[in-house]
Amino acid sequence: MSQTFTKAMARNVFYGGSLFFILLFLSLTYDTHSEMPKQDNSANLTEKVAKGKRLWEENNCIGCHTLLGEGAYFAPELGNVYKRFGNSKQAIEAFISSRPREGIKGRRSMPQFDFTAEELDAISEFLKYVSEIDASGWPPNIQG
Amino acid sequence: MMKYQSQAVAKPYFIAAIGLFVGQILFGLILGLQYVMGDFLFPEIPFNVARMVHTNLLIVWLLFGFMGAAYYLVPEEAERDLHSPKLALVMFWIFLIAGALTILGYLLVPYSGLAQMTGNSLLPTMGREFLEQPTITKIGIVIVALAFLYNIGMTILKGRKTAITMVLLLGLTGLAVFFLFSFYNPDNLVKDKYYWWWVVHLWVEGVWELILGSILAFVLIKTTGVDREVIEKWLYIIIAMTLITGIIGTGHHYYWIGTPQYWQWWGSIFSAMEPIPFFMMTVFAFNMVNRRRRNHPNKAAVLWALGTAVMAFLGAGVWGFLHTLSPVNYYTHGTQITAAHGHMAFYGAYVMIVLTIISYAMPMLRGRDAANSERSQTLEMWSFWLMTVSIVFITLFLTGAGILQVYLQRYTGDPQPFMVVQEKIAMFYWLREVAGVVFIIGLLTYVASFFVGNADPEATVD
Ligand code: HEC
Ligand code: HEM
Ligand code: HEM
Ligand SMILES: [Fe+2]
Repeated sequence: MSQTFTKAMARNVFYGGSLFFILLFLSLTYDTHSEMPKQDNSANLTEKVAKGKRLWEENNCIGCHTLLGEGAYFAPELGNVYKRFGNSKQAIEAFISSRPREGIKGRRSMPQFDFTAEELDAISEFLKYVSEIDASGWPPNIQG
Repeated sequence: MMKYQSQAVAKPYFIAAIGLFVGQILFGLILGLQYVMGDFLFPEIPFNVARMVHTNLLIVWLLFGFMGAAYYLVPEEAERDLHSPKLALVMFWIFLIAGALTILGYLLVPYSGLAQMTGNSLLPTMGREFLEQPTITKIGIVIVALAFLYNIGMTILKGRKTAITMVLLLGLTGLAVFFLFSFYNPDNLVKDKYYWWWVVHLWVEGVWELILGSILAFVLIKTTGVDREVIEKWLYIIIAMTLITGIIGTGHHYYWIGTPQYWQWWGSIFSAMEPIPFFMMTVFAFNMVNRRRRNHPNKAAVLWALGTAVMAFLGAGVWGFLHTLSPVNYYTHGTQITAAHGHMAFYGAYVMIVLTIISYAMPMLRGRDAANSERSQTLEMWSFWLMTVSIVFITLFLTGAGILQVYLQRYTGDPQPFMVVQEKIAMFYWLREVAGVVFIIGLLTYVASFFVGNADPEATVD
């Protein structure tokens, strides 16, 4: 590099550039917040959904599944499972509660969580709420 | 020999890092086997548990590596002893014990029980990818980080300030600051996801790159003897490009999570430029080594430094670019393509930079003048090639799996269910597991290199 571009100049580009883009990022974040209600389905964010989200977290479902494409890649995408299961909360609950305790021989297995009926209701309500988030047309098809 | 006695605190940090690295890879092999033998270790160690152990051990040992790096290089740069070696040692034990207890908690208690035991309902932060640690562990991490920053910060403040230490300090401070977002977990899933990336993306494609750049610059100054002015100018340009592209580049995670669609433009355009700083890093490293004023007897350390530059560019730059444009990401989002990229990027950038500084510093920490014996270095360089080649193969096999997965599950006119597709691509997972076995052989070779040739004389410049 030529001598005319000094270390001090490089440092100023770093500080100035970073500061500019941090501020731009913060403004975009601000705008995202105000636009979010149009897509985030927060109108349906009930107490029950919040409880379902907590159960989702406290049982680490994300350690095997993706949710809106983020998580682990070992088991099916669940962001649209409500739709894949024919818009049926009951089908989801039946699936979760029927997992064999010792797994399925030779097949990737999901644990038996021993949820109460109330907990199952909250989880499936949460998955229904997620399926109604407007994720800009993702996933490409029902298989997730 | 060390220049300052207090640099010695780096040693336990490096040893712990290597030990946890071995644990991480063992669990990687378990995961890889569970991919093809679904009921392996079920229900004792379900996949999600093994995965938490694998990824959390990775993060924790990299943090040990970064802290060790800072404790080694800051005194040398600041030209004075560490502010408090005692504090550094106390924090070492606190971090190690807290880490070990957390991993044991994952393995011995069902996760929901762990959540209950640790009072997750008081401040729910658990159950999100990479941030699975109980809230109390997270608080512990913050305390260790603050004590560490205080120690390093005081040392720099009282001593010589160089670009390398300033950039390192900035990176480490950023690491701690962005980790605070792990305490924000709103009920609104879209918001939760939005700020989750402020930890994950702004770490690996933001502040961690500052840490990477400064460690690399330090090792290059030491091993090539090239003028500090030149190296530090490069460092500033590289990290300027990192933040100019990487901050708005966060948008490549905001395409499909319920955030506004303009992110498809912002994210695609800026993240497409993120490979630039990684490419500059490669040019920089080779340039400095070619312009070296002397040959350094630690050839293994120079190999690691050059390897970091190349593999970070391949893993983050090339494999990142592969799926970063929104029309491509629409199909690849959350598939084995992501896993392929994640492995090569983490290995190439952060695993390798930690192994670089360990390779450079450990001989001195163990009482050598500058380098290990020929025999030890030969073995170390074998381990470099075994691990690096096998991660390339892991990446290629996962990319193969990913392309088929995308095609069969998402692209054809007759898309098939996830589980059906997984069976069809099982061959790639078997091959990945074989490559994983080679990886652990490489890692054990690496560990062995610390035990051979210790009685031999130091390698010299030929
Ligand atoms: C140890 C890994 C693991 C964990 C943890 C896990 N699952 Fe699963 N899950 C699976 C696997 C594997 C399948 C596919 C099972 C099959 O097809 O036989 C599955 C399937 C499902 C399905 C049906 C998806 C479909 O399209 O067929 C639902 C719904 C589901 N899981 C919900 C959950 C919820 C809710 C949690 C958390 C409480 C959870 N899972 C935790 C492994 C896991
Ligand atoms: C230093 C080497 C390694 C690094 C840095 C590493 C890193 C990672 C990271 C970052 C993840 C999370 C990936 C993501 O979310 O996209 C992950 C997951 C995983 N890793 Fe590794 N890993 C390494 C070695 C291995 C090895 C040797 C194997 C097995 C042979 C392995 C198997 C797995 C599996 C199966 C997953 C889970 C993928 C999923 O979610 O389905 N890893 N690893
Ligand atoms: C060393 C730097 C990097 C590391 C360690 C890294 C690591 C990772 C990891 C682990 C993930 C998976 C996260 C998850 O589990 O959801 C990921 C996702 C992603 N990365 Fe990187 N990355 C790096 C740099 C880059 C760069 C430079 C680009 C772009 C050019 C990029 C593009 C992406 C994209 C688009 C995704 C999302 C994939 C998806 O939609 O599923 N990454 N990265
Ligand atoms: Fe990213």
